[in-house]
Amino acid sequence: MKKTTQASVLAPLAMVAAASPALAQSIDERVNEIFASSTGWFVNLIFSPFPGTSFPWIVAWLVVAATVFTVYFGLIQFRAFPHSIALVRGDYSDPNDAGEVSHFQALATALSGTVGLGNIAGVAVAVGIGGPGATFWMILAGLMGMASKFTECTLGVKYRNEYEDGTVSGGPMYYLTKGFDERGIPAGRILAVLFSIFCILGALGGGNMFQANQAHAQITNVVGEYPGWITGLVFAGIVFAVIVGGLKSIARVTEKVVPFMGILYVVTALIIILMNADKIGWAFGQIFEGAFTGLGVAGGFVGALIQGFKRAAFSNEAGVGSAAIAHSAVRTKEPITEGFVSLLEPFIDTVVICTMTALVIIITGQLVSDPNTGMYLLNEGGTAIQTVDGNSGVALTSAAFSSAFGWFQYVLAIAVILFAFSTMISWSYYGLKAWTFLFGEGQTKEIIFKVIFCIFVVIGAAANLGPVIDFSDAAIFAMAVVNIIGLYFLMPIVKAELNSYLSRLKSGEIRKYT
Amino acid sequence: MSRKIVIGFDDSESARSALDFATNLAKSDGSELVIAHVLEWSPYSFLTPEELEERHKRRKEELNRAETALIGPIAEKLRADGVNVSTVLRYGHIAETLCAIVEEAGASQIVIGRTGHSSLSSRLFGSVAGSLAQASPVAVTIVP
Repeated sequence: MKKTTQASVLAPLAMVAAASPALAQSIDERVNEIFASSTGWFVNLIFSPFPGTSFPWIVAWLVVAATVFTVYFGLIQFRAFPHSIALVRGDYSDPNDAGEVSHFQALATALSGTVGLGNIAGVAVAVGIGGPGATFWMILAGLMGMASKFTECTLGVKYRNEYEDGTVSGGPMYYLTKGFDERGIPAGRILAVLFSIFCILGALGGGNMFQANQAHAQITNVVGEYPGWITGLVFAGIVFAVIVGGLKSIARVTEKVVPFMGILYVVTALIIILMNADKIGWAFGQIFEGAFTGLGVAGGFVGALIQGFKRAAFSNEAGVGSAAIAHSAVRTKEPITEGFVSLLEPFIDTVVICTMTALVIIITGQLVSDPNTGMYLLNEGGTAIQTVDGNSGVALTSAAFSSAFGWFQYVLAIAVILFAFSTMISWSYYGLKAWTFLFGEGQTKEIIFKVIFCIFVVIGAAANLGPVIDFSDAAIFAMAVVNIIGLYFLMPIVKAELNSYLSRLKSGEIRKYT
Repeated sequence: MSRKIVIGFDDSESARSALDFATNLAKSDGSELVIAHVLEWSPYSFLTPEELEERHKRRKEELNRAETALIGPIAEKLRADGVNVSTVLRYGHIAETLCAIVEEAGASQIVIGRTGHSSLSSRLFGSVAGSLAQASPVAVTIVP
C-alpha cells in the first residue's frame, strides 16, 4: 500500500518538474483525456439538469435542504441571530475556559476556509451570466443556507471524538457513524466512508488545484505570462512548510491577514457604492426587477435564479459538511452554541461579501444594457451579458473595482493569493481528517496525504485541467449529497438540543458571564 | 490582620527582582504573597484548523509546564522560607487579568517588574507595567 502510493505520488512530481513546455503540453492532454473519459459520467451525474430544464438537480438538492431546515427549525437563522453575535463576543463564555478555543476562533478559522475565490470570481460569473437578478437569489440562498450550517455544525460538535491527550476530531464522518448508531439507523458507516472519499477528492480538487490554478491566473494577470509550475512549486513549498514542516508562523500570518483583506475588500466596496450613492436605488431596482423578469439575460429569470443559487452554494459550502469539521474543535458544553455561531458564516460570506462584489459590478456599470429598452445586451455567443471590456470572472470584479481605484487590482491580486492559500490550508486539514478516518491515524499515513496534497498544488497551478476541476467540483457537491441525507436523519437530535437549550436560556439557567 | 500582595511573575530578570522585593515586604509585615502568572491569550486571535484541534491539549501542557517549572518550585522555596504563599495561573490579557486577580484575592497592593518578556512589542504597544499603573484598583509597585 505504502509503496504504491509513494510511487504514484512521485511520478507526477517528476513529470511536472522535468517537463519541457512541449512535454508538459502532451502530459496535460493525456491527463485531461484519461480524466475526462473515466470521470465524465460522475461529473455529468452530479451536475445533470432536471429533464427538460437547465436546472441542475444538485442545486435544487441544496436549496430544498436549506428550506427544509429553515422551516423545521422555525426560521432559526433570524431568531437566533442576536444570540449568535453574543456568543461570538464571548458573553456566554466561562472565564475559566480562557486559553481554550473560543467561538470567535472557530468561526474565524471556518470563515477563512470559505471566504475565497467564490466571493470574488464566482459572483462575477453569476452576475455576468445571470444579470443583477442573480444577486437576489444568491442572497436568498445565503440566508437559507444559514439553517443548513446550523444543523451540520451542531452535529459536528455533538458527535466529535475527544481523545485522551485532549485533541478532538469531528465532522460528518463522525456524526454519520455515531449519530446513526445512536438512532439505530443502519448504513451510517457506509455514508461516512463515502463522505470521506468525496471529501479527499474535493480537498485535492476544489480546495487545492482550483485555488492554485486561479491564483496563478490572477498573478499572470498582473505581472504577465510565465509558466504555472513556478507558481505551483512556490505555493507547494509554502504549503509543505506549513502542513508537513509545522511552520505555523506562516499560517498564522495568513490567518491574520485574511480577515484584514476581507475587511479591506468590503470597505473598498462600500466606498465605491457610496461614491455612487445616487445609483444605489437604481441598482437595487435592477436586482429585484432582474430577479423576476431577467431583464433579457441568457435563460431569463430562471437563468438568474440558477446562477444565484449555484454561486451561493459554491461560495458558502452550506450543506457540504466541510465547516462541521472546522467548527468541531470549539470549547463548549453545549454543541448547539456552535450551531448558532456557524450560522453567521453564510451570512458574512454570502449575504455581505458576495453582495458587495455584485453591487460594485452593477453600480460601476460593467454590464452593458440597451439605453432604449433597459434590457441587457448579450455577447456574441449569447452565453453572457456584454461587459465594458469583455471581462468575465475575476477579471470582471477586478475591472469593476479598478474603475474607481486603479490600484485595487494589485490589492485584489494579493487578496486572491492569500484567500487561495488559506483555503488550501483549511482543505488540507479537511482532507486529512477524512483520510485518517479511512486509514487510521499515524504519522506516516498523515505524511503520505500531506505530500500528495502538495503535489496536487503543483499540478493545479501548472496545468489547465478543465475535466479535473469539473471532477473536483463534483466531488465537493457529492459530499453534500451524502451529508444532507445524514442531516435529514439526524435533525430531530438537533431539534431536541435546540429546545432544551432555549428553555434553559429562558429560565436563566444559562446566563451571561459578563 | 493579614494583608495580601499580588506579584505578577513571568520568570524574566525584572520579575525576579520584583519577587525579591515583594518577599521582603511580605516578610516584614507578615503579608500573604499571591504569585500570579498570566499566559498571554486573546479569544480573538486567529488559529489554523490544526491548532484548533490541539488547543485543549496544548493548554493542558502549558499550564502543567508553568506549574511545575515556574511557579511550583518558587512557591515551595518561599514556603520553606516561612512566607505565606498562594499561586494563581490564568490565561488572558495580562494587565486585565492581573487586575481581576487582585480583586478576587482582595489584595491591598500589586508588585510587578518593569519589563517582562517580549520587550519589543511592549515598546510598540505599551507595557504591562504601564497599563497596570493606569488600570489597577490598588497601589502598584513597579520594580526595575
